[in-house]
Amino acid sequence: MLERRELIGQFNLAIADLAGAARLRPLWIRLGWNDILHRYRRSTLGPFWSTANMAITVVALGLVYSQIFNMPVGQLMPYVCAGLIVWGFISSILIEAGNLFSGSESYIKQVRLPYLLYVCRFLFSKTIIFAHDLPIYIALILYFKIWPGAVALYAIPGFLLLVINGGLVSLSIGMASARFRDIPRIVASLAQIVFLITPIIWTPDALGPRAYLAYVNPFFHLIEIVRAPLLGLLPSAQTVVVTLAITAINLLATALFFIRYRSRIAYWI
Amino acid sequence: MATEKDNDIIVSLDRVSVSFPVYQVESRSLKKQLLFQGSAGKIRRGGSHKVVIEALRDVSFSLKAGDRLALIGANGAGKTTTLRTIAGIFEPIHGKVVARGRISPMFDINLGIDADLSGFDNIRIRALLLGLSPNAIDQYLPEIVEFTELGEYLDMPVRTYSAGMILRLSFAVATCFKPEILLMDEWILAGDAHFMGKAEARVQGFVERASVMVLASHNLDLCSRWCTTGIWFDQGRIRDQGPVDEVIRQYRKSV
Repeated sequence: MLERRELIGQFNLAIADLAGAARLRPLWIRLGWNDILHRYRRSTLGPFWSTANMAITVVALGLVYSQIFNMPVGQLMPYVCAGLIVWGFISSILIEAGNLFSGSESYIKQVRLPYLLYVCRFLFSKTIIFAHDLPIYIALILYFKIWPGAVALYAIPGFLLLVINGGLVSLSIGMASARFRDIPRIVASLAQIVFLITPIIWTPDALGPRAYLAYVNPFFHLIEIVRAPLLGLLPSAQTVVVTLAITAINLLATALFFIRYRSRIAYWI
Repeated sequence: MATEKDNDIIVSLDRVSVSFPVYQVESRSLKKQLLFQGSAGKIRRGGSHKVVIEALRDVSFSLKAGDRLALIGANGAGKTTTLRTIAGIFEPIHGKVVARGRISPMFDINLGIDADLSGFDNIRIRALLLGLSPNAIDQYLPEIVEFTELGEYLDMPVRTYSAGMILRLSFAVATCFKPEILLMDEWILAGDAHFMGKAEARVQGFVERASVMVLASHNLDLCSRWCTTGIWFDQGRIRDQGPVDEVIRQYRKSV
């Protein structure tokens, strides 16, 4: 097997890595699921702790910020809810991706597995946690009787784009962090700043004539592509284009990075 | 060097060198003359003040079906790095590694073991880690269960197991699918006499047919009993290789 690898070069090795990860689906589903069980073992609420936490945050922020922005609670609270759930997915990926390979050292040094397997395992458990927050959104649209209609289904392709970007960025951050151990801390600080400057708990309208400050922020579009359909709106053409462009750039940059440095990961950790 | 004609060559290393960059060490904190004269891989300062450990230098050997190879040498001489290079974990920058067939690495008996899950669950996880499909696992399960002799313990969480019991479980999974390449590190010594006898019989049984085994160990008696050939590593280089008892004799003379 290794002999052929020598011949077909780093590009094919990266493709083989991807194919291997796809083939080992039962393994990363199992490991990702165990990650969730492990985190909440012996606690009564289990993963619903994060749901409870999110529910309280959404209600508290919705009540207070609707007063600040002078908006009806029934409008702002679902907006804050959808935004926070999506941001929770994005930020947990950004913050925890630094640990992707360095945290799997015991596996990487003991058995040869595709590196993308660790990415799949990570994304799988993050997606399951994301799903735990969805009941809050459903409860709110039922409570405020704001049925979004069939448009809400557009959130599914939007979320898929988010998952793809999450996988790409976690691979890049994971590799870079394996080599430079400062990166997870830098990313964590940046994530906090992004949360504050992105319209998540406030709307772009609040910026008044300077609403462009929201639209130049790529994270606004990444959130909006899922949030808008959940609130019964089609994402704007601008949002769709920006998200697709981000995905393309992300794919290209990460692919080059991975092809070039894949074989070094075992040496870095 | 392996050519396409050598069909029975299962593992071959051709002039393989592996070196690790060490990032944690400030290179200036290491004295320039720090080239210690032990038997571990050489520490070298690379170009841009990088500290590099040369774990393997110019290593070449090949193994045919039926070979059982013992890697001997002092701590840090390159035994484990050789195992990991065969396993494909470290891709060498210089030299060529060929490994034909399914590899079963047994370096860490605790790999993938979740102490809160039952023995059965852990058998499944370990088998998945070795690349077996869920169907294949179901097929091998009765045999694995029988070999471990753990009986009702397999329903208990693994945290109740002793080290020797985890070893039985890991060994049974690692060998159930008759891998072409079985790689074992030191830990095999944790077993009791009964288990060791069983394990030896099992390894001999399937290695003889179409597989190779590589064992890295400091226990020279074990090496001599389990293996047919030996390689003595010193500072990342092969110092001697040949029939296992001959290599052990040379090694004993030097230490």
